[in-house]
Amino acid sequence: SNPFEVKVNRQKFDILGRKTKNDVGLPGVSRSKAIKKRNQTLLKEYKEREKTNVFKDKRFGEYNTKITPEEKMIRRFTLERQQNYGKKNIYNLNEDEELTHYGQSLAEIEKLNDIVDSDSDTEERGALSAELTAAHFGGGGGLLRKKVSSEQQDEEEEKPKSRKELIEEMIAKSKQEKQERQTRRESALELTEKLDKDWKEIQTLIARKTPKSERKDKEVEKPKPDEYDMIVRELGFEMKAKPSERLKTEEELAKEEQARLQKLEADRLRRMRGIDEEANKKRPSHMSADDLADGFILDKDDRRLLSYKDGKINIENEEEKGEEGEEEEEEEGEEGEEGDHENEEESQEESTSEDEEDDAADGHSDLESDLESEGEAAENKEEEKDKTNENESQNVEKLDPKREAAKSELPYTFGVPESYETFKSLLAGRTIEQQLIILERIQKCNHPSLAVGNKAKLEKLFGFLLEYIGELATLDLPELRTIDKLVLPLYNLCQMFPEAASDSIRFILRDAAHDLEEVIEVKGHATLPGLDTLIYLKIVSLLFPTSDFWHPVVTPAFMYMSQLLTKCRITTLQDVIKGLFICCLFLEYVSLSRRFVPELINFLLGVLHISLPKSQAQGYTVVHPFTPLGKNLELLLVCDKEDLKSWEKQNVPLSIVTRLKEASRTEINHTRLSCLALCFDLIKKCAALYESLPSFHEIMHPVRILLTKHMPVNEYPEKMQEWYHSALKELESKVKHYTPLVCEKKKPVPLKQYTPKIVKVLEFGRKQAGSKKEQERKQLIQRHKRELKGAIREIRKDNQYLARMQLSEIMERDAARKRKVKELLGSLATQEGEWKAMKRKK
Amino acid sequence: QLPPGLYKKVLVILHDSILPYMNEPTLMMDFLTVAYGIGGAISLLALNGLFILIHQHNLEYPDFYKKLYSLLDPSIYHVKYRARFFHLTDLFLSSSHLPAYLVAAFIKRLARLALTAPPEALLMILPFICNLFRRHPACRVLLHRPAGPADMSEDPYVMEEEEPSESRALQSSLWEIRSLQNHYHPDVAKAAAVLNQSLSEMEDDISGLLELSAAELFDREVKKKAVDVPLEFEQVRGLFGKKNDIFAEHFSLD
Repeated sequence: SNPFEVKVNRQKFDILGRKTKNDVGLPGVSRSKAIKKRNQTLLKEYKEREKTNVFKDKRFGEYNTKITPEEKMIRRFTLERQQNYGKKNIYNLNEDEELTHYGQSLAEIEKLNDIVDSDSDTEERGALSAELTAAHFGGGGGLLRKKVSSEQQDEEEEKPKSRKELIEEMIAKSKQEKQERQTRRESALELTEKLDKDWKEIQTLIARKTPKSERKDKEVEKPKPDEYDMIVRELGFEMKAKPSERLKTEEELAKEEQARLQKLEADRLRRMRGIDEEANKKRPSHMSADDLADGFILDKDDRRLLSYKDGKINIENEEEKGEEGEEEEEEEGEEGEEGDHENEEESQEESTSEDEEDDAADGHSDLESDLESEGEAAENKEEEKDKTNENESQNVEKLDPKREAAKSELPYTFGVPESYETFKSLLAGRTIEQQLIILERIQKCNHPSLAVGNKAKLEKLFGFLLEYIGELATLDLPELRTIDKLVLPLYNLCQMFPEAASDSIRFILRDAAHDLEEVIEVKGHATLPGLDTLIYLKIVSLLFPTSDFWHPVVTPAFMYMSQLLTKCRITTLQDVIKGLFICCLFLEYVSLSRRFVPELINFLLGVLHISLPKSQAQGYTVVHPFTPLGKNLELLLVCDKEDLKSWEKQNVPLSIVTRLKEASRTEINHTRLSCLALCFDLIKKCAALYESLPSFHEIMHPVRILLTKHMPVNEYPEKMQEWYHSALKELESKVKHYTPLVCEKKKPVPLKQYTPKIVKVLEFGRKQAGSKKEQERKQLIQRHKRELKGAIREIRKDNQYLARMQLSEIMERDAARKRKVKELLGSLATQEGEWKAMKRKK
Repeated sequence: QLPPGLYKKVLVILHDSILPYMNEPTLMMDFLTVAYGIGGAISLLALNGLFILIHQHNLEYPDFYKKLYSLLDPSIYHVKYRARFFHLTDLFLSSSHLPAYLVAAFIKRLARLALTAPPEALLMILPFICNLFRRHPACRVLLHRPAGPADMSEDPYVMEEEEPSESRALQSSLWEIRSLQNHYHPDVAKAAAVLNQSLSEMEDDISGLLELSAAELFDREVKKKAVDVPLEFEQVRGLFGKKNDIFAEHFSLD
């Protein structure tokens, strides 16, 4: 442009690597641009400032950019038609009736007339066409009429289609197009596959031959590389396998595993100490549902990402799918049932559309099980039906061995049950192994990476499983073996969805605690809860790290157990067993963190107390729920000499909690003694656990006095004496050791000084700021400032422009007035002149 | 002379429904003194009436603190009237004219008994002890004894001694609090850890903590929102399948 219009902002120093945006400016151009813009907007507004009429553009879809022009035209056309469709004239009462002349509508006749007129040039001159005659003069023969009627039909067809019809047509068209596209894609795929196959055949030949040909090339003066050759070579390079990562040796694997465990342990320790390091917070590495439990873990586990970002990252999604597919293939390979054609099918299926791929896993497994591909729902239904069948008509089933086999074989796909009832019916009547398999398959078929809703479904499954376990534990004959196995899927689910799992367990704990509180409020005392709650508490210790300083699940569990041990009455032997179970739980919870649990010691002391014959307790005090004198005394006292003799230490079966009544007297006595032995052992473990506490001896003081002064040791069988002595030894072996306490030294508060604060400048020209948040804030403030300045400048310019406009208006007005005045004056002057001239003439 | 149930009922309402309306509240002196001497819950309840008599009617009660001291036994953290008792104890010990040995004995005894207390009581008693330290700076030797003997084979404090002056509390240290820093409840551990540093000047307000119940404590924990949930990394092998599982030794799944 014009060099005189360019303004150059000169830089004082050239700085390397700095991009300058505003070194050249075009003031004239930008000014004219601004003025133009104002002319279009501000001026318009200014001129219309006292006008209230608004121009409305009611053209259909004029400003809608989503509609294509053709579509727009079509829509407009239909609209117009619709508007014109109704009665055109309210005064025309019989519009629907067509006026006819000889059975033909007059309107048509007029139209035909026109047509004929326009075509009349082609007609022979002078001769009237048959149609014309027919139209004008009613015609004569039926022959002619026929033709007319056919034309009428045409007319009807061409009648404007209604809106519905149009839409239908459009839908049909798009469907057709889609189908065409699909067929095209399929054919393309087929072609590529074929090409690939062919290529494989040739590839080997080429791979061997190319070096030869190259040598030849050198010999023969290197002819220009052919285009074909180039493509071939490119393909050859492409097909080369890339080197994959070396397989790790056993040692390396072990080392990695060790490192991982060490890291986890360090994490645990940090949490135990209750140090909050937000920065270091990391999720524990995820165990996938199909973990083999052999401790092998992929270096980079992208699955976890997937499970949280359902379908957001497509690439990884696909990878994942690929993996799944491979697994599936492996499984199939193991089964070794299907022929090659199935594999082909598989590859086809996998390569078709994405939607199908989601179901691919299901589809394959269906193929395997020879159950034919059916929808999941159908299968579930079938299964339910099967069950009823099994119950109702076993005879019929025996007739059909093949069907029976198919039934005993579990289906391969399961939907996640929607309600607890369906879940229960799914597992009812199955063996433990089958239940496990069912659960595993549910997890696999509904892996969160496969569909969006699966995560929520599986989270629900965790709740169902917990409920199921609780139900198993509350049975008259608790199926603890089953629970023992069911813990595994529970653990896996928990690893997948920690939040949901913790929520549901917390929910259970909360309910239990509220029940306890209510009972205490109403009755004043409570009894220990059933076996299910105890099992839940045990499960908590399996699923979550109990050594954390604070944990959303474990800490409430601690509180709840503490309430159980202090608030609940101990009136029966079952209560004692439950209480000891809770003591064990406490010990297990704190086994790593070595935290101090006063309730535990209190309870053990109480248990020892009730094993003594009635006497004045001296030197120690038992606290609630035990009383020095009261009902629950001598609960664990065994006087029968024979029972004492015949006792042998055995594990207390947990089911005893529900069915102690059936046991004989001797058995009960034996259980009592086992409890006592358990109590001794727990005391020993406590002693080992708490020896590092500074007031260990004070804590254990009452227990020791009870053991040494009140226990009738000599009456116990020898085994019991062993337990007793080992506990006592553990208690007394600890040395008393006290060092006076010294407060931690306070950090001295530094004096305020006036030395300047020196900050290291790492990069010049960049703002130094602490955290990212702060930086962002600063940036925002700066941007706001800049915008504000810009806006103020714009407003100022607007005002200037307006003032200029007003001034020019005024000037124009003034000029017009002056001109008019001049004109008037001039005309007056001429009048005057004329008048004077007339006068002079006279 | 009264059955214990009636005794309790009378004593519960005595201080605010009976004493203010009596012309001669001092007539209740004998009744209250006897009740105070009975021991257990009745003594705790009698404290309230006694306090009013001492405070407003010039009752001279010999060995009042000794009696109070002997009331402290492990059950005080578990009884129903815990809040009332500690409210009064707080009042009695708020005087700054008490001798240091007495306060130290109280502190030491409370701390010792706290070793058997439930968490809700601990959350109350720890700030309580902190307040005592603030009021009686002479007792801080219990926390900070830089020039003491390096090693002791025995806690100098004598728990069994009924006379506070003979209990040698001032020569001891608060190892109990150290132990409680390892308490399983995070809040208790934190409250106990406060005593590690030198105390701030402001007294804690314990009026809100007196009535704390286990259920409230539980609710508070359950309602806390966790950002993320750490998980156990040890693979589960079964219900009792952990390493060195205590249950496997003593319980069977049958």
